[in-house]
Amino acid sequence: MIRWMFAIVLTALALPLAAQDSMPPAPYAYNQLADPQLEAEASALMQTLRCLKCQSQSIADSDAPMAGDMRHQVRSRILAGESPDQIRRWLIARYGDYVSYEPEVSSTTWPLFAIPVLVILIVAGVLLRRLGKRRSDGDDAGAKA
Amino acid sequence: MRKLTLWLPLALFAFFAGLAAYMLTQEKDQFVESTMIGQPLPEFALQPAFDGLPGASKADFTGKPKLLNIWASWCLPCIAEAPQLEALQKQGVEIIGIAIRDKPEDVAGFLAKYGNPYTRVGSDKISEVQLGIGSSGVPETFVIDAKGVIRYQHIGDVGADDVPVLLAELEKAQ
Repeated sequence: MIRWMFAIVLTALALPLAAQDSMPPAPYAYNQLADPQLEAEASALMQTLRCLKCQSQSIADSDAPMAGDMRHQVRSRILAGESPDQIRRWLIARYGDYVSYEPEVSSTTWPLFAIPVLVILIVAGVLLRRLGKRRSDGDDAGAKA
Repeated sequence: MRKLTLWLPLALFAFFAGLAAYMLTQEKDQFVESTMIGQPLPEFALQPAFDGLPGASKADFTGKPKLLNIWASWCLPCIAEAPQLEALQKQGVEIIGIAIRDKPEDVAGFLAKYGNPYTRVGSDKISEVQLGIGSSGVPETFVIDAKGVIRYQHIGDVGADDVPVLLAELEKAQ
């Protein structure tokens, strides 16, 4: 009896899985590379690539089948001797820079890099003028007294 | 003048609050478009996805513009687009399918149930070709010209309104 109930509970738990594809994942979706050095490279890269199905997650964080297939691409390409930067370029050539979490300076993103520098310069300018003014004010006051 | 600059931070805040409110009311575009339009298909040769039809390779995209349909038997919107693909096939369009992460028996079952508009169906078990052409989901339909160059991408299921668009894009790819 208990065994039957257990079986029913297990089937109920498995139902949502049936809606997904039932294929085994790609070889390197959930398996690390044997060489720890290469795996570290692959893992660092996977942290900065966007999962296309679950767009707020990296492919390292996501359990979506497509993220698994992307991890397989990353690991097998690293194993084949490609550099992480080459693999990032390969994906950006297919999906645009949206696929990468690593910020890039491009024709649309340059203000993001330019504005902080500009703001710091303006603030520095204002600060220098104010401090300079206060000092000379103080000198004036001293001279009067 | 002094008074005006005092209001400046509040004005900035109101501007950004307004911007946020506006963006929240706008529909979010979830689609990631392929940046491979105008690029040739990558080299690939896929095994047949089931016993009934041959597999698919880059070499099959010659002679005339064809449709490349990325689909899967486990994908629900693929059922919705099946009648439209059949209508396109009836109008003489050659559709080559790529089944993503699929099993032969599931592919055969799906085609028996919802109709088979394909001349070839390749099996892409690890989404390799899908990633290679910048497709980010199922279903997606690409127009490929006679030289094997990707000319147009349709994301999501093909609705009745999309049939004339695809026909026009095929015409443009001549």
